[in-house]
Amino acid sequence: MGNDAPTPDAAASVDFKQVQSTKQFQELRKRHRSFVFPMAVAFLLWYFAYVLLADYAVGFMSTKVWGNINIGLILGLLQFVSTFAITGWYVSYSNRRLDPIAAEIRHEIEGHEFDKEGNKISGVTK
Amino acid sequence: MTLMVPAVNVADLKDTTLLNMGIFGLFVAITMVIVIKASRNNKTAADYYAAGRSFTGPQNGTAIAGDYLSAASFLGITGAIAINGYDGFMYSIGFLVAWLVALLLVAELLRNTGKFTMADVLSFRLKQRPVRIAAAISTLAVCFFYLLAQMAGAGSLISLLLGISDWGGQALVIIVVGALMIMYVLIGGMKGTTWVQIIKAMLLIAGAAVMTFWVLAIYGFNLSDLLGGAVETSGNPNMLNPGLQYGKTETSKLDFMSLGLALVLGTAALPHVLMRFYTVPTAKEARKSVVWSIWLIGLFYLFTLVLGYGAAALVGADTIKGAPGGVNSAAPLLAFHLGGPLLLGFISAVAFATILAVVAGLTITAAASFAHDIYASVIAKGKADADTEVKVARRTVVVIGLLAIAGGIFANGQNVAFLVALAFAVAASANLPTIVYSLFWRKFTTQGAIWSMYGGLGSAIILIALSPVVSGLKTSMIPGVNFAIFPLSNPGIVSIPLAFFLGWLGSVLDKNLEDTTKQAEMEVRSLTGVGAEKAVDH
Repeated sequence: MGNDAPTPDAAASVDFKQVQSTKQFQELRKRHRSFVFPMAVAFLLWYFAYVLLADYAVGFMSTKVWGNINIGLILGLLQFVSTFAITGWYVSYSNRRLDPIAAEIRHEIEGHEFDKEGNKISGVTK
Repeated sequence: MTLMVPAVNVADLKDTTLLNMGIFGLFVAITMVIVIKASRNNKTAADYYAAGRSFTGPQNGTAIAGDYLSAASFLGITGAIAINGYDGFMYSIGFLVAWLVALLLVAELLRNTGKFTMADVLSFRLKQRPVRIAAAISTLAVCFFYLLAQMAGAGSLISLLLGISDWGGQALVIIVVGALMIMYVLIGGMKGTTWVQIIKAMLLIAGAAVMTFWVLAIYGFNLSDLLGGAVETSGNPNMLNPGLQYGKTETSKLDFMSLGLALVLGTAALPHVLMRFYTVPTAKEARKSVVWSIWLIGLFYLFTLVLGYGAAALVGADTIKGAPGGVNSAAPLLAFHLGGPLLLGFISAVAFATILAVVAGLTITAAASFAHDIYASVIAKGKADADTEVKVARRTVVVIGLLAIAGGIFANGQNVAFLVALAFAVAASANLPTIVYSLFWRKFTTQGAIWSMYGGLGSAIILIALSPVVSGLKTSMIPGVNFAIFPLSNPGIVSIPLAFFLGWLGSVLDKNLEDTTKQAEMEVRSLTGVGAEKAVDH
């Protein structure tokens, strides 16, 4: 445990550069990034738009909509709603588009290990 | 508006001291038994630091919520809403939205690449020693700020609940809290600590739910009427509008932006939250934990909105400010107003438990970082065996516990939610740029990491030292002198962009290229989970 290697060595002898260059992995990376980057930019913009409004458009935020409920409160609660929605969206996207392909690559690498080393790889059991 | 319960008389609280202590004692006894049972299988370093990676997503998610919903969230935000209205609510929005950074960019990738600590990930493809030392130092710094906040919260809570208002008595209780925490961590390790977090999170959310329901029932389940009640009691219609606390001057508006930035970017860089992702077996469970905690935390912050305005309406800002413990006493006072001594006893015991559990989580993170990153990798140069490493971690727990006790006595009386926001700013400046760059930017180098981490950490801490938090105002830590040349009380708006810039600059100016094989390995591992998925078959 006190060694420098930060991760277990179940896949130590794998040529990661080769795996990285495969079409399959490139596809996984593309799918991952094309979801998380735009989504991260979107929610950060929406959050900072909200913070700026609360900071510099107090009059607008104080406009009453229904009883004592004003635009500020509604936009604040919408931040909750959007957070829950993005969470659900990401989970369903991962389940459909990321997990299957990640599992495939993982099995391929581990299968490859199996052949090359000639012994069973079941993780790092000491 | 006719109230169903009589107004709060703060002097009555003293009569409930014995009851409070009884309920708290019961909680300590029950959790201690669980910790001892849970610790029976603590054998390896993976057991001690990462609970043998045996927790499920929902369990870990509840524990994360337990770690995250600290005294700052419960006492601090409720109090902030009760006093400052809408501006207090904005804390909870920042604290919640921040989880999307953790969910989308950090949690799973980190689970797949690291083993025990944040430094495992940051040093994966860079030079081990310098990066590991920098990451460990910033981990210790963030944990220390966060610990201070929790211990300060313990002090103000105690002054209210136990009727102990003299300095010596409060110091004594901080010592007791610290000693209990050391015992939990020494005996239970990560597994025991996680169970304490789970129990505490459930009690806290249940308690808040009961109070929320109660407050809403008083107002006929009409949110608008509740808000009207808050305005009526406070006599200030601006309670419902932004700007009561931060809208006064242009500087305070900028300060608010700075706070917002620190809150939203800090969460995914908090070492004690990151370390929790290692207690689950796979990346998919890590994702489930974050989803679970987002729901719990979101729900809880919706409760605090009702509780905060409820306290403003039913207890009143003047009573809250006048009570021992000040702003932080809004939630306990509301509990007393609603359910009398019994509910107050329950809520205070939960608040105590919250502090105890969060302090335990921080301590184990700091201890793991010292033993694993500084002792095992740097001092022993990778030659220490796992047993020695855990032994060092346990000793570190005692040292950190003592430091926390001393710091807590010193910081007693400071504003809790505010101190936590500083910890967020330090975490976002020192850690987040390096985490993001090393996961997503191929050309990131060791020099970039070092510049970013030390630059972010240093600038955040120096700016805090030169801010009105430390000197210049009546409310400062050192009120007598004035060397506050930096006008904002939160450094995030300067130190976070600076740290990102330094990470970029350090990398493009670095003449040494990093190992592209390691980069490939990190990228493949982080996205596929190779090696990590089956890493522990205990």
